Amino acid sequence: MALDKAAVAHIATLARIRLSEAELEPLADELSSILTWVEQLNEVDTVGVAPMASAASVSLPMRDDVVIDGGCREAILGNAPRAARGFFTVPKVVE
Amino acid sequence: MSDGSLLALNLAEARDGLARKVFSARELAAAYNDAIAGAKPLNAYITPTPERALEMADAADQRLTRGEALPLDGIPVAVKDLFCTKDILTTAGSHILDGFHPPYESTVTDKLWRAGAVMLGKTNLDEFAMGSSSTTSWYGPVENPWRRHPEPQMGDNRPLVPGGSSGGSAAAVAARAALAAIGTDTGGSIRQPASFCGIVGLKPTYGRCSRWGVVAFASSLDHPGPMGRTVLDVAIILGVMAGHDVKDSTSAPMPVPDFAAALSGDIRRLRIGIPKEYRVDGMPDEIEALWRQGVEWLQAAGAEPVEISLPMTKYALATYYIIAPAEASSNLARYDGVRFGLRVDGDSLDEMYVLTRAAGFGAEVRRRVLIGTYVLSAGYYDAYYLKAQRVRTLIARDFAKAFERVDCILTPTAPSAAFIIGENTDDPITMYLNDVFTVPANLAGLPAISVPAGLSGDGLPLGLQITGRAFDEETVLRVAQILENAASFRHLPSFIAGGGG
Repeated sequence: MALDKAAVAHIATLARIRLSEAELEPLADELSSILTWVEQLNEVDTVGVAPMASAASVSLPMRDDVVIDGGCREAILGNAPRAARGFFTVPKVVE
Repeated sequence: MSDGSLLALNLAEARDGLARKVFSARELAAAYNDAIAGAKPLNAYITPTPERALEMADAADQRLTRGEALPLDGIPVAVKDLFCTKDILTTAGSHILDGFHPPYESTVTDKLWRAGAVMLGKTNLDEFAMGSSSTTSWYGPVENPWRRHPEPQMGDNRPLVPGGSSGGSAAAVAARAALAAIGTDTGGSIRQPASFCGIVGLKPTYGRCSRWGVVAFASSLDHPGPMGRTVLDVAIILGVMAGHDVKDSTSAPMPVPDFAAALSGDIRRLRIGIPKEYRVDGMPDEIEALWRQGVEWLQAAGAEPVEISLPMTKYALATYYIIAPAEASSNLARYDGVRFGLRVDGDSLDEMYVLTRAAGFGAEVRRRVLIGTYVLSAGYYDAYYLKAQRVRTLIARDFAKAFERVDCILTPTAPSAAFIIGENTDDPITMYLNDVFTVPANLAGLPAISVPAGLSGDGLPLGLQITGRAFDEETVLRVAQILENAASFRHLPSFIAGGGG
């Protein structure tokens, strides 16, 4: 699969990474060569083969629905680039 | 004892010396603190924690004096800066985690400290553990303590990579700037640097060691594990790191055996698989020869080599380079400038996101997030991601079939020795090929170890890898120790903290 500049710009939008116009062309080349390389998997017959999401053979364990941790708002907000009155703050979203 | 002779001890010897009061934990920690300061040119540590080391050593000394010694009391350990450590800067080698001081401790490091280990500091790595060279860190590249030639006039002596991504941990252990270390292995990130630096590195079975509090790269492939000077050393540390953790839903509720006790030295009648598909094009003859030598060593100890086939091997890397970026793109969505780390201000929330992530992620991380986003996007999910997951099933099936006939598998760890810093950077795929022998065990979740087994023609360490059945680290360690004894690798790198002794 060869990606063009427009495709790379679209992926970058989905990934929320700003790219400059000058970065699109070289990235299109790099990503295209990686995608072309991984397409060797098309040689493999996988009809009827179940996908493997994890090597863990255990199914997800259940536990009682009770609070086991928490009550540490200050500690959590301590790493926030901006916080006010017990909340994370971000640029205004609603007009 | 002099600093040089303290630093020369392996973990088992140091534990013995502490127990017999030949030296104190404080003396040992102080010697390592000095060693770390002296090893600064290697850039193996992002954040040394010398004061913390002395405090922890003092506490260990008190327990040792009272005769209440814990399993790792006074043992100085370096921690890959991917493990969250409470109130200590944790960076993942990335600009985007600027200033992040976790309010919690990872399960694995918590277990180490509760067992009396002494924290030396946080080691450098490829950004978010994405790499095979430890050159992509925001904090600069790590240098391998090994050089091709001890004297510059003898030939090309440019600095080499330590491998990656746990390159800081590997370089620190090799240079005697850590007695042992912990790392993580997503596609070879413990084993390949262990091979490049002439130390032992073990990737345990998936689920053996908790991932809780480890900065996530690819959750179904990430494995915390030990790195050390000897097979016994890593067996001892693994025993402390391992165990079920309710905070990691993929952690296995399995008993933790006495791994050190498994090192019986007896591998008679064990069947050792030799996969023909690991003879890849372009692999140097000396690695092929070392592999053959490994077969002979195990045979001499009474094991039986068996030719096996793992036909899907050639597809493992491509499978990995779909699944790992896909999981990474999802895991790294959390870096948005809101809750921790870097924020670049923008006029809108969305602009803040895109500017923060553009500034915070380096080139390789950005590349993988973009690939991962693409293979998970509508219209391409089936063709790439689901296809890779199906091939992953076939790769795991290859191993399951092989383990019906053999008890473990012997291969080289990496297709080359350490390369020069800056090499293999023009084309990402060339760099990815470093992981050709290590990636399959991550996809299948199997335990695998790298043991230093010999030197290349230009004097650099080369490792051999033993891969075992799920949750059979005991056989892996037992066979690895036979290789270790047979190889009797006593070579030292050009750079040794404290000058050796």
